[in-house]
Amino acid sequence: MDIQLKRGLLDVCVLAAIRNCDSYGYKIIKDMKPYIELSESTLYTILKRLEAADMLTVRTAEHDGRLRKYYHITEEGIKRIADFKEDWKEIISIYRFVTREDDGNE
Amino acid sequence: MNKQEFLEKLKGGLSGLPQEDIDERLAFYGEMIDDKVEDGLTEEEAINGIGSVEDAVNEIISDIPLAALVKKRVRPKRKLRAWETALIILGSPVWAPLLISALAVFFSLYVSLWAIIVSFWSVAGSCALCSVASLVPAAVLIGQQNALAAIAVIGAALIIAGLSIFMFFGSKAATKGVLRLTEKSVTGIKRTLFRRENANEKVD
Repeated sequence: MDIQLKRGLLDVCVLAAIRNCDSYGYKIIKDMKPYIELSESTLYTILKRLEAADMLTVRTAEHDGRLRKYYHITEEGIKRIADFKEDWKEIISIYRFVTREDDGNE
Repeated sequence: MNKQEFLEKLKGGLSGLPQEDIDERLAFYGEMIDDKVEDGLTEEEAINGIGSVEDAVNEIISDIPLAALVKKRVRPKRKLRAWETALIILGSPVWAPLLISALAVFFSLYVSLWAIIVSFWSVAGSCALCSVASLVPAAVLIGQQNALAAIAVIGAALIIAGLSIFMFFGSKAATKGVLRLTEKSVTGIKRTLFRRENANEKVD
């Protein structure tokens, strides 16, 4: 996939991964794996960016005798997903336009 | 390589960054490895999945803006002693003009690079303009029934038109080249700043 396109999608995918329940780094990567691959360093950068944009909050909790960071989505984050869905409607109509052109040429 | 070795190497690679950033990143990678091991992987497999330390460090550096690196670099690591401050102030008539002129030289070199590009484009533009404008004398000559001169003018116009097309692609390639050079230089400066910082800290 085109790198720019992927970069735009990753933020929303990470938000989607923590939408229903709080999640942690490894689980986010694992949940996203069937759909989109991302490296640990990329995830770190995205989480930092989303935290700075108030789209998620971080809490540290003990797990099995060690510390683990859990990420929780905020109202702002939920709004970001909603905006993405709205944008996507537009993209789908553009996609239809592009593929219709294809059919016309054949 | 086990978890401890991986984290030590990563710590070494990041030593130019603020301590809290390093700690946070190390905690992040440490947690990731622990979670992978809990999921049934061996420590070795977990670390291999993350990739090499160099790749991780490179990815991290490229995410840091140049301005932040420069700011960190300029800020001294410890408080300056009184005589050091005095020396810097007393020496300013020497180092300030040198620094300013060095920056000015680099700046003017860069500006002249773009000036060349601008002149390329203006040659291409004026060739195109010339070839179109030559139609006027050609028309006048045809009006005067001077066929030979008219053909000569049209021929010249065609040559110039061809030249302008040639120049257009040349200018485009040159512009792209300078842009790429700029991008590479910025990355290069970032890398130098980061590497030198690491080297300094090892000496300290």
